[in-house]
Amino acid sequence: MDVVWFVVLSALIFAIGAAGVMTRRSPLVILLCTELMLNACNLALLSFARMHGSGDGQVFALIVMVVAACEVVIGLGLIVAIYRKRMPIDVDKLSELRG
Amino acid sequence: MFFVAAAGALAGALGVVTLRNPFYSVLALIGHLVSLAVLFLLLRSEFLAAAQIVVYAGAIMVLYLFVTAYVGGADQALRRTGEAGAAGQLGMVMAGALFVVISLAVLGSSLDALDTRGAEVEPGFGSPAEIGQLLLKKFLIPFEAASFLLLVAAVCAVVLARRRRGLDEDLGEVRS
Repeated sequence: MDVVWFVVLSALIFAIGAAGVMTRRSPLVILLCTELMLNACNLALLSFARMHGSGDGQVFALIVMVVAACEVVIGLGLIVAIYRKRMPIDVDKLSELRG
Repeated sequence: MFFVAAAGALAGALGVVTLRNPFYSVLALIGHLVSLAVLFLLLRSEFLAAAQIVVYAGAIMVLYLFVTAYVGGADQALRRTGEAGAAGQLGMVMAGALFVVISLAVLGSSLDALDTRGAEVEPGFGSPAEIGQLLLKKFLIPFEAASFLLLVAAVCAVVLARRRRGLDEDLGEVRS
């Protein structure tokens, strides 16, 4: 299968993830949609690595996975902290910086 | 094979965005990640595909499911009303425009190799051995930076999610 198919698919997944970030209200689903976007980037990185036949892109994708794991941990920690404070889990209502 | 995996990945992605219950969104994301692992295999990235299944679809998604169950993922209406609804529709339009722009940028990049199946690679391409060699020789500093980032994230998560018993009691005294 040609590399261009993979790249266009990753663009489509990235756009779906961006749509989710912009339209959904629950912070949990917004985090899931950022995961979608990071995975789309991984797919693009791997297809370009395949195109050039070098392993550098794969190492880059691995580092992106590590960053995604860190982002998940921090994001879920924030959600749990918000829940403990008995605040609404809704980004429309969480509009102030002070808790 | 590509089209089956691509359809799975797209269905999973759409499920994440459109399902109302966050719990089902997480399950849809697991399906999406497994389909992506199949695509990674098609791109000759065996180690990344295995890491995708074990780390993402395994460990991280369990964490998500746990937090979703803890917070109580209530159903939420997809459509907002009034001004926020208009902003949501604008977001959909912006996402569609984003897809068009990225696709145009890729297709107009005049990279000749895009229309091929990729370069010829030796049998060890994408194997754990090659990735390990690259990580410990060429990319040693990013590797160490990533490990340090993981350490910082773990400490931050503990600080964020611990019970602030002392602080809350102080606040309670001030209020009462």
